[in-house]
Amino acid sequence: MGILEVSGVNKRFGGLQALGDVNLSIQEQSVHAIIGPNGAGKSTLLNCLVGKLIPDSGSVMFDGQSVLGRKPHEINQMGISRVFQTPEIFGDLTVLENMLIPVFANRDGAFRMHAIESVFSESSVIERAREMLAEVRMSDKVEMLASSLSRGDKRRLEMAMCLVQKPKLLLLDEPTAGMARADTENTIALLNEIRNRRGVTMAIIEHDMNVVFSLADRITVLAQGTPLVEDTPDNIKGHPKVREAYLGEAQV
Amino acid sequence: MLGLKKTDTTLFLVVMGLTLLAPFILNPFPVESGMAQFNAGYPDLMQRFVIFGIFAIGFNILFGLTGYLSFGHAAFLGVGSYAAIWSLKLFALDVVPAIVFAILVAGAFAMLVGFISLRRSGIYFSILTLAFAQMSYALAYSVLTPLTGGETGLQIKNTDSPLLSNVPEGEIGRASFLGLDMGASQELVLGGWAFTFNLGYYIAAVAMLIAFYLSIRIFRSPFGMMLRAVKSNQQRMNYTGLSPKPYTLAAFVISGMYAGLAGGLMVAMDTQVGPERMFWTASGEVVIMTVLGGAGTLLGPVLGAGFIKYFENIISKINKDILHQWFAVLPDGFEDVMVSLVYPFVGKGWHLTLGIMFMLVIIFLPGGLLQGGQKILGLFRRKPQPSAAAEADGTKPAE
Ligand SMILES: Nc1ncnc2c1ncn2[C@@H]1O[C@H](COP(=O)(O)OP(=O)(O)O)[C@@H](O)[C@H]1O
Ligand SMILES: [Mg+2]
Repeated sequence: MGILEVSGVNKRFGGLQALGDVNLSIQEQSVHAIIGPNGAGKSTLLNCLVGKLIPDSGSVMFDGQSVLGRKPHEINQMGISRVFQTPEIFGDLTVLENMLIPVFANRDGAFRMHAIESVFSESSVIERAREMLAEVRMSDKVEMLASSLSRGDKRRLEMAMCLVQKPKLLLLDEPTAGMARADTENTIALLNEIRNRRGVTMAIIEHDMNVVFSLADRITVLAQGTPLVEDTPDNIKGHPKVREAYLGEAQV
Repeated sequence: MLGLKKTDTTLFLVVMGLTLLAPFILNPFPVESGMAQFNAGYPDLMQRFVIFGIFAIGFNILFGLTGYLSFGHAAFLGVGSYAAIWSLKLFALDVVPAIVFAILVAGAFAMLVGFISLRRSGIYFSILTLAFAQMSYALAYSVLTPLTGGETGLQIKNTDSPLLSNVPEGEIGRASFLGLDMGASQELVLGGWAFTFNLGYYIAAVAMLIAFYLSIRIFRSPFGMMLRAVKSNQQRMNYTGLSPKPYTLAAFVISGMYAGLAGGLMVAMDTQVGPERMFWTASGEVVIMTVLGGAGTLLGPVLGAGFIKYFENIISKINKDILHQWFAVLPDGFEDVMVSLVYPFVGKGWHLTLGIMFMLVIIFLPGGLLQGGQKILGLFRRKPQPSAAAEADGTKPAE
């Protein structure tokens, strides 16, 4: 049993079958990549895992519990954190405040009204946030407004915000999409570092197979809403079905 | 001190000093001087400054922090007023229970309105709150007449005999605080100057200081930070395991309670209330106060409230005769030209001046008058970066 078990998931948008009978199992401590050409249904699948979309049929079990019908914040509280295609951070808040919020969310749950005590009297929360910022080498930027960070730092901050929650599963939707080569390499390096240091279970959605090649333990290839093959990166690379799926795409 | 950081303590003490010394500060001109009409240190106006200050401070907790623009906050002011007058009529002539009751009833009503309106955001939220307020106004005028007195509103009558107060037969009860009449005033004459110390004002002033202090605590709390997070990125909040709705609802109810406090105090000062207190223009006024002063800042709303009430009560009193006096030194023809140039902007034209000022602030000072003040201070301190001045308030202006 994997930490995440997707079985028989279907999702239609009108006449379009975006996901057709998807089965997927992600093992704890592994990095699992889901790749496929544009429109394959990767984002749709991810949205079904985090409560943004509800599949028409099938089941999604996380850590022994169904996630279906739960709201995104409830699913996060179960232990799934998500990194977005374009970094979603609190632009009007400082870097440190951005980091404090997930720590509070972990400690206090979905809602708690600490309306009178000062943020700065919460020394253990602050300490934890600062530690995490140090780990991603952003200690010199704590007082900066998050919206003024560079794109790469925003991504770094968002990942740190997810990691500080100690998620059981970290989902990443095309973390390098639209990035220049150098940024892409930095991001891959950061992910490798996270993986080696913390042993976080990760599911990475990618369009470009080369990005995940060095990172993934297993790769699932999705085409037209259905998984074609699942195997190790080495076996995937030369697989004829994969070539077929990507036919006409330059990335393979 | 007081559980606040140093800059916040300073800010609070300055506001406290200004509020408690307001009878002096607002009456800088001798009674007989030509400038005496600019004195704002009379009880009625001072009470309005602090009461509307409370209203705006509360509004700012919702709008300034979460970005949810309520266009119906006057409904809570009105509901608080009705609750307070009923307490005076039926329960006791003491203002404390009336004010507490006003806060609770307004809070409960805000819970209902907020629960429904917060199902939507942006313009739809604003319209829902506006609809609720206009509905309350219309109902208070018509169907709810037994509760609200309809068009004539409610006053204390000589037939009212509150449970806990002894009103002699046939007399009209007066609102009091621990047995002291709310209207009680002490006059102090110093040379050509006269200063009035009014019990009602000081009760309202203490209420405002408490309200202001609590708002500082809320701004600096984890809850306040979450409210700013709501404004900044609800998507990220959801995916961080936080549910924005209870946060916005709590902010909505708190700001409704502030409005209820303001409404209760209005009744404590002047024991009558009518439905016009809930009209949409009254809801618009608190929006303008907050934005003019600086939404999302601690001091801005109080400043905005003071500014607008000063205009409404002082600038609006300048008439043609007074202008002629001012420009009397000029040659005759020139005097008339000046008077006709200035006249549209004062007296009944005060709305024009305020409107122009509001537009200038929105366009050039998105952080409100407070940001303007800080820019000027910044020039004097030779610290060109605005962020240094912003520390004085400790809070970034909203947008
Ligand atoms: N909300 C939606 N409504 C209608 N069609 C959608 C919606 N979301 C995605 N689709 C369609 O579903 C298919 C899969 O989309 P998506 O999951 O975004 O693919 P990918 O992320 O792999 O590029 C596409 O054909 C897309 O147009
Ligand atoms: Mg996609």
